[in-house]
Amino acid sequence: MIKKRVPASRSTVATKYAMAVSGLIMVSYLILHMYGNLKVFAGQEKFDEYSHHIRTFGEPILPYEGLLWIIRVALLASIVVHTWAAVTLWRRNRVASGYQGGKRYHTSKGARGFQRSYASFTLRWGGIIIILFVIYHLLHLTANVVAPGGASDSPYERVVNGFEIWWVTVVYTVAVLAVGLHLWHGIWSALTTLGQNYSSTRLRSRLTPLSWFVAAVITIGFLLPPWAILLGITG
Amino acid sequence: MKITVRIWRQKNAEAKGTMVSYELDEVDENMSFLEMLDVLNEKLTLEGEEPVAFDSDCREGICGTCGVVINGEAHGPEVTTTCQLHMRTFKDGDVIDIEPWRAGAFPVIKDLVVDRGAFDRIIAAGGYITAPTGSAPEANSTPVPKEDADRAFEAATCISCGACVAACPNGSAMLFTAAKVAHLGLLPQGQPERDSRVINMIEQHDAEGFGSCTNIGECTAACPKGIPLDVISRLNRDLMGALAKP
Repeated sequence: MIKKRVPASRSTVATKYAMAVSGLIMVSYLILHMYGNLKVFAGQEKFDEYSHHIRTFGEPILPYEGLLWIIRVALLASIVVHTWAAVTLWRRNRVASGYQGGKRYHTSKGARGFQRSYASFTLRWGGIIIILFVIYHLLHLTANVVAPGGASDSPYERVVNGFEIWWVTVVYTVAVLAVGLHLWHGIWSALTTLGQNYSSTRLRSRLTPLSWFVAAVITIGFLLPPWAILLGITG
Repeated sequence: MKITVRIWRQKNAEAKGTMVSYELDEVDENMSFLEMLDVLNEKLTLEGEEPVAFDSDCREGICGTCGVVINGEAHGPEVTTTCQLHMRTFKDGDVIDIEPWRAGAFPVIKDLVVDRGAFDRIIAAGGYITAPTGSAPEANSTPVPKEDADRAFEAATCISCGACVAACPNGSAMLFTAAKVAHLGLLPQGQPERDSRVINMIEQHDAEGFGSCTNIGECTAACPKGIPLDVISRLNRDLMGALAKP
């Protein structure tokens, strides 16, 4: 069915630009966040000092926690834009792919596609898992309302108390793997949407190994502290 | 060879369709896929049944008229059009599922025939140049770098068959639209309308109800002409450039 034409600035491609930019903002944040996490290996004093310095960063030009709130607002805006774009396009694409009831094609052959990766297949559900995890994560380590292993004023102790419990580490591991899969396809997709792919296929593009590398670094970087704590290597 | 085909039968645009099985005993492995359907239709006609409706024209892989989803793959397992697929690709005793292109913007008219008018309207929105071209120009008056000429030609091989849409899990026609944008955008004749072209074609693409691109490349796996995936990135760049201008 033909609908009215919408200006190109509000087209599906423009919506993808918004999704790509907001996604890349969050990836940049993840790299900073990972750097902070790895300070756990430097011991309690260094870790807590780092946490304190984030709050006093830029003083006296910025107020106390000024930088932190700038980052928080930017991240919240990114999450809202990213989710809005995902939901808008997801709903549109379901109709566009001509589903009849629960099925598009009735054959049971080739239902999983021919060039899709597992990562691209799980992008949407993975996103939902990540959002639920982020809420839990903020309640746990930021607000400390949920405090498995005991609450503390020391960020270092919050982390160690939590990850000494096996199921906390397992929950974080599942979530971090979901993030890794999301980025495995997501970084490639964002850069391609922003016009940076110059290769005939996804696998031939230099963006693909770049995407895999960043996804792997972030995944491993985030998994190291909890597992080191659980296994008693640090903490 | 003996094969069983399961075909989507749908009386008209409004009717509810269903998969129907037919058995064929004497299929020659040198038959094209469409000839196999011709044989089936002759059999159905003799038996007084309604033949299966499907599109075809040149039957040599250059017009883009034919195209069905075979065992879940647009144009079947070979990288070619349905008419250039031969029965030797299949084995004796195979069960072959045949369905129409499935997309919101490609409504089924009957059986395996879908309405691809949406593609025509995307082209009409900007997939051309308005300069009068006259007869073939002097070859050396407007030099085109070899690489650009090759890439423009690669994009121009699109035959508008619609396999990219049928294969895309999002029902997006981005590869088709981008091939046209890349083809004209790479050549000097396409420059005056380069910005308005990408804007108008994307607006029409969306108005037709096609989905958005998620950059997974199913379209290029199905494309019988091997249109490269980077044409989509090129369209994204062009649109960004066009939107940035006042």
